[in-house]
Amino acid sequence: MTFAGVSFNPIAGVLIVPAAAAALLALLPGYRATARINVLATALTLTCALSLLFGRPQPNPYFLVDDLNGTFIILTTFVGFTTSIFSASYIGHELEIGRLTPPSVRFYHAMYQVLMFAMNLALVANNIGLMWVAIELATLTTVLMVGIYRTHEALEAAWKYFILGSVGIALALFGTILVYMAARPVVGEGLDAMVWSVLVSRASAFDPALLNVAFIFLLLGYGTKVGLAPLHAWLPDAHAEGPTPISAVLSGLLLNVALYALLRFKMLMAANAAALAPGPLMVTLGLLSLVFASFMLYRRRDIKRMFAYSSIEHMGIITFAFGMGGPIANFAGLLHMTMHSLTKSAIFFAVGHIAQVKGTQRIADMGGLTVSHPMLGWGLILGVVAIAGLPPLGIFMSEFLVVSSTFARAPLLAIILVFGILVGLAALFLRLNSIAFGEPRGPTAKSQASYAPMFAHLALVFAAGIYMPPALVAWFQNVAGLLG
Amino acid sequence: MSSIDFDIAHLLAGSLVLVSFMELYQDRLYALLNIYALHALALAASVAWQAFVQDAPHLYVTAGVALVFKAIIIPVALHRIIVRLGVHREIEKVVGVGLTMIVGIGLVALSMVVMLRVTHEADPLAREDLAFALSVVLLGLLMMVTRRNAVSQVVGFMSLENGLVLAATGAKGMPLVVEISIAFSILIAFIVIGIFLFRIRERFDTVDVQALDRFRGERR
Repeated sequence: MTFAGVSFNPIAGVLIVPAAAAALLALLPGYRATARINVLATALTLTCALSLLFGRPQPNPYFLVDDLNGTFIILTTFVGFTTSIFSASYIGHELEIGRLTPPSVRFYHAMYQVLMFAMNLALVANNIGLMWVAIELATLTTVLMVGIYRTHEALEAAWKYFILGSVGIALALFGTILVYMAARPVVGEGLDAMVWSVLVSRASAFDPALLNVAFIFLLLGYGTKVGLAPLHAWLPDAHAEGPTPISAVLSGLLLNVALYALLRFKMLMAANAAALAPGPLMVTLGLLSLVFASFMLYRRRDIKRMFAYSSIEHMGIITFAFGMGGPIANFAGLLHMTMHSLTKSAIFFAVGHIAQVKGTQRIADMGGLTVSHPMLGWGLILGVVAIAGLPPLGIFMSEFLVVSSTFARAPLLAIILVFGILVGLAALFLRLNSIAFGEPRGPTAKSQASYAPMFAHLALVFAAGIYMPPALVAWFQNVAGLLG
Repeated sequence: MSSIDFDIAHLLAGSLVLVSFMELYQDRLYALLNIYALHALALAASVAWQAFVQDAPHLYVTAGVALVFKAIIIPVALHRIIVRLGVHREIEKVVGVGLTMIVGIGLVALSMVVMLRVTHEADPLAREDLAFALSVVLLGLLMMVTRRNAVSQVVGFMSLENGLVLAATGAKGMPLVVEISIAFSILIAFIVIGIFLFRIRERFDTVDVQALDRFRGERR
């Protein structure tokens, strides 16, 4: 692409901007300036990502942009941008009350950009080895950020996340090596045998047995990062104990990135007729996560932990939809993923400020938010209504599509799906009632929240529930077709 | 490939599995670290041999990293940490040695059955290497779940990672192997030793993960 005679590569943009910003933020002291630079850098990255809409570079052995990861990149950079705005006011408050020190804030900002870089790298990578390295880097940065408060709980959460994440990432590497082994006799030695676009075009000639074993390892490895039950144990702790902007990014983005890796390998499996169908495995793990997480929602006492379980539930639904496959289910899965990212990060924005004004994350110590903090209270209500899948919001649309397409093909599975969704819905409203209504409990100090990111996300979710622009529908249909 | 080349590769990879078993029954941290150094040494020899028979000089870098970093620096550093933390007592295990060994044998059998069956088209060297590598990975996992002590969990993770390096070097001509092995080493160096253990020591009087478990779950 050329602007005013200067050639410009959007892929380089989404990678170099966060990398340069990370280096800069690591050097600069002072909170106000660095928070602004953080916002500016994410805004710039978003601009680069949006320029992908107007033309994309040719694929090469390292980088590839198609409609599938184009969707993911724009979603990631958008939520990264809004979260950085939320993060500025959140971290400001944490500094004021002394939970974070200036050096740790500096570290936090640099790590935030490294995380953005790693996620973008994982998304644009055409090389399965490079993708693995990027996801590993993203895991490490989030481990460091989860442990940033240095409390007992934060350290334990970070340790657990580190151990389970490393095991997952190790299994994924073994799977990656096996894919290379399967490709080598067909594609030949060297770089080409790890390039995804080459692999998928030649996959029909690969040894199916080796591919099957590879996929099992990849599913377990990247599935750990997606947070699928029974590999989810790190997820609630990591969400609850880290800073809230990181919970928002974890739920809204990092889980998606891991799922994206899984989808790439699913496409590879689908290209080989003799290989195992990946669908049923994903359907099973997805349903298991959904039902398990829905029941786990009931006895939550910690508000961030509750929404972390809700993320497991929704990742279950998304994995289920992609596992079912076919144009409608894939479309629904993609839509659900987008809506979930937007809604869940909006909820975490609200929850972050709520936990700050109340000085606790215990649900029992919160109450009557609609009276004491109407903006936060109603924002949270709107978010929970959206995440529970009530009409007319976006998640209702996507859940309706998942359920209706499943009823047409496998009614029994659809019954389990609906059961899980309803159980989760009831649990969320049970808790919401005590948080949002009744007598105000806990401190009622005014909050200096930035409401813009939260309401921007909710407005988008609302708009998507009412009216989807035909261009967006066509885009998603095209991607659904790619996924097969 | 001549049969002596194959036999030596087989011997070295097999010895890695054997050393993995030795790690399983250690009940003292110092001894465990010494065995881990041996594990890394076996890996270095195995990778160097692969570099020689595949005529792939870049793999010597991986072998060098394994030799210097994993077989010398990491064990010495962990040794010092153990002294400083004063945790050189017996390792608490979740299950007994006998049961662990039996499960380990089962895992090795499993990986042989799985890998040898699915790779009959691959060349014999890569085939055996992959089967051994999967055994080492599974034994590393087993060690991580049967130990409660943070240091020995890290040792379990490091031997798991040695298995991955073995698999990656056995896959002939695989790109990025050197980069991946170095990335793994950096991961281990930075995260595990530098940050976590010291922070854990700072906040808790033990590196026993069970003590951490007291803080798990819901806040009340």
